Amino acid sequence: MMKKVRTSSGMMHLVLILFSIAMIVPFLWMFLTSFKTITEATQIDPFVFFPEKWNIDAYVNVSKNMNFLVLYKNTILMIALRIVCAVVTASMAGYAFGRLKFRGSEIAFSLVLFQMMIPSQIFIIPQYQMISKMHMTNTIFALVFPGLVSAFGTFLMRQAYKILPKELEEAARLDGLSIGKTFIQIMAPLTKSCVVALSVFTAVFAYKDLMWPMIVNTGKDSLVLASALAKMQGQYSSHFPELMAASLIACIPMIVLYFVFQKQFIQGIATSGGKL
Amino acid sequence: MGKRSLHNATTRESFMWGWILILPTVLGLLVLNIYPMLMTVYQSFCKTGDFGRGNVFIGIKNFQKLYLDSSVGQAVINTLKYTLFQVPFSVVIALVLAVMLNRNIRGRSTYRTIFFLPMVVAPAAIAMVWRWLYNSRFGLINNLFNSDINWISNPKLAVYSIAVIGIWSDIGYNMILFLAGLQEVPKDFYEAADLDGASGIQVFRHITVPMISPTLFFVIVTRMIAAMQVFDLIYMIMEKSNPALAKTQSLVYLFYQSSFVERDLGYGSTIVVLLLAIILLLTVIQMIAQKKWVHYN
Repeated sequence: MMKKVRTSSGMMHLVLILFSIAMIVPFLWMFLTSFKTITEATQIDPFVFFPEKWNIDAYVNVSKNMNFLVLYKNTILMIALRIVCAVVTASMAGYAFGRLKFRGSEIAFSLVLFQMMIPSQIFIIPQYQMISKMHMTNTIFALVFPGLVSAFGTFLMRQAYKILPKELEEAARLDGLSIGKTFIQIMAPLTKSCVVALSVFTAVFAYKDLMWPMIVNTGKDSLVLASALAKMQGQYSSHFPELMAASLIACIPMIVLYFVFQKQFIQGIATSGGKL
Repeated sequence: MGKRSLHNATTRESFMWGWILILPTVLGLLVLNIYPMLMTVYQSFCKTGDFGRGNVFIGIKNFQKLYLDSSVGQAVINTLKYTLFQVPFSVVIALVLAVMLNRNIRGRSTYRTIFFLPMVVAPAAIAMVWRWLYNSRFGLINNLFNSDINWISNPKLAVYSIAVIGIWSDIGYNMILFLAGLQEVPKDFYEAADLDGASGIQVFRHITVPMISPTLFFVIVTRMIAAMQVFDLIYMIMEKSNPALAKTQSLVYLFYQSSFVERDLGYGSTIVVLLLAIILLLTVIQMIAQKKWVHYN
């Protein structure tokens, strides 16, 4: 029995390690290539794994061509504003849908469910036309626009408010607090973990989105990291060290955040995905 | 009397506050989603001029064009190929890894951290590095395995090579959901099975899979919907001059090209209406099929 258990756990580690390697190698290759010269990167006989000299030419070259400070700034503003919008509107609506009984709430909530079931591409053309008519292309507002409210966030926050005990709320109401004050002072602070989950989800989603930023913001100074990468690929078609350096610069902030807030990231995805 | 008026007051207060609180969301959904959806459906029956200038109603002409457009038919096939390859593999691999990590195995959290890493990286960057890995002359894969394969320019192979990237990206995400589902399987189920001398595979088939079938169903449906909308990877990997482009471009890629490169918004709308119809159809099929294998207790 013992022996069987041990061999099977050895097998498991073998499988897990193989998959771990498959997960890490692309990142490792990105890292190593970014420090090579183009000659080293495209040398095949013999094939070079490690750069002979760790040189940062690729980083210098891409930084001359792309203003990463601006890209970071745009991306961070987009993410931050989307988080604020989603958390505020979804908390309000989530509380109302989760705890209040009022006429029309069911019809209104069906809008939320409906939006979640429809593929987002169906909204894109008219959303673009609106932004275009408002003369708001190439602005931070354009980047935030589709995320001003969040159907998914509303759904998530409704769940969070639903499971809170009703005693607290009743006590607050008996003390004469209005519904609005009960919501802000008593109930909202209790949904902190769900707010974190929603923030993580919103941030990752906004950071990864490519099509919308590519459509509305085409000017050099209004790009975000993802759309800038797409744009540079054309310019640097086979300058692999430069391409890898730019990718790495674009990835690092989120990876660092992930390592710091790992628990919140994983919980955020588990709650946001699992309860949909 | 007193009770009655209090009740009325509460109802009125609830009504007022309820609508105040949901108003931003409801307005937002109407403006950002409901109106756009209706507009897209309307524009699919229109010939649109240069961005927003004059919609001319042309009936089902766009749909006739769609029907006769061989690249649309091919895009449907490409999208389905991608989906039918990407979803099963990313789900099965993630499930197996999750079952392994659900035990008290050493290095559990390290493995979890590693598998989840692709989830926080932008697909644009992921596509860039995989394109480099796949490079037929200088790429790591061909040089490591001493092969000579045109991973992304062979029309027969390219869509699967891209699906491999999709699998690689999604394993961690699916795994997290499965791990959450597995937490809820009571431990005594496994202990009972252990006493009965059931093998690992038997336990997996007869206990694990039925017990987490609701999670499994949820993951399969959402992954399928997401896979049907594949765009980023294809856009980033396939250059215009790539001979395999026709055999890899997805419906959403075609939608982007028609709408925002060729600037034919009417036809772009028609393509996205087709996508919506296909996704709804697939979802309905899944909903019906689930009755056969999903156990809710």
